[in-house]
Amino acid sequence: MLNLYAQFAAVEGSDLGTAIRASSWLFPAIEAIHLLALALLGGSLLLLDLRLLGAGLTLQSTSMVERETRPWLITALSAMVVSGVLIGCSEALKLFDKPAFWVKMAALAVAVTFTLAIKMPLAHRDVSGAKANWLAILSIGLWLTVALAGRWIGFS
Amino acid sequence: MDPLSQFTIWLAQTPWSIGLHESLYAYTWIETAHVIGITLFVGTIAMVDFRLLGWAWRTVPVSEMTARILPWTVAGFVLMFATGVLLFYAIPIRTWHSVWFRTKLVLLLIAAVNIWFYHRRARRNRALWDNAPRPPLIARACAAISLAVWLAVIVMGRMIAYNWFDCDKPQSGLVFAVAGCSTYPPDEF
Repeated sequence: MLNLYAQFAAVEGSDLGTAIRASSWLFPAIEAIHLLALALLGGSLLLLDLRLLGAGLTLQSTSMVERETRPWLITALSAMVVSGVLIGCSEALKLFDKPAFWVKMAALAVAVTFTLAIKMPLAHRDVSGAKANWLAILSIGLWLTVALAGRWIGFS
Repeated sequence: MDPLSQFTIWLAQTPWSIGLHESLYAYTWIETAHVIGITLFVGTIAMVDFRLLGWAWRTVPVSEMTARILPWTVAGFVLMFATGVLLFYAIPIRTWHSVWFRTKLVLLLIAAVNIWFYHRRARRNRALWDNAPRPPLIARACAAISLAVWLAVIVMGRMIAYNWFDCDKPQSGLVFAVAGCSTYPPDEF
């Protein structure tokens, strides 16, 4: 059986994890990047979700809004994952013991899969009506769950 | 002591400030709402700035972009500002004497002047370039300043949490002056 705890211990003890912990400014800097990417992620998600709800850029087609937000969403998501992994490396064992971390990872997996495999392909085909509304509501709900669980890691 | 520093000392002694400061959940919820406000505000303003820079939405008229997106930006600002005031109210003295917070205030002032300048000067002949994929330099400059300033505001805000430059420990002359440590009250507050 895979010993997950040992894996987390190895990550925490790695050169990368040690280097981030040893520096007084690296952790805050990575945290700041994580937050900047969050703003970009929020903007690119929201413009498409608003369009799916019949708000925001309604004079443009849903597929056009999907196409325009896609590169920003991918950029923001990549920056969030990279900075998030770096944050995780520095405190892997602390995270291992926090239910909020596992809730966030599960919600993140669902949110990313839903966004890339369901919401955006359907938006690309100009989905409309109740189906479009539900896509937007699910998207906002899933990403808020990720964000709130993430916030809870810092507090629990 | 200057009136503002006196005001923060008075503020810190009001029951609601103490209540927020000592609360188990209220402060965290306000902070969470503050981050959601930032995401809404900066995320949407960035999309408008990308349009003005010609980086995205090149086929969408600038007037349409601002009319359809800026109301959401304003909603984000209201949430961000209201929760920001509460966060300051919970920890008035330390925040007022934070070099990060003071830098953030200056950046907010620059952002306000930039918005004023855009509306007064850059937007004046917008009809001429409303459909231009790449608006004129003056509009692109305003958008670039907006992006840079708001990104810096986020970073400054995050750094307020760190105590490297707090007045309750020895600081260099520069930090002492910028943070106004001479009016930092003694321990009883």
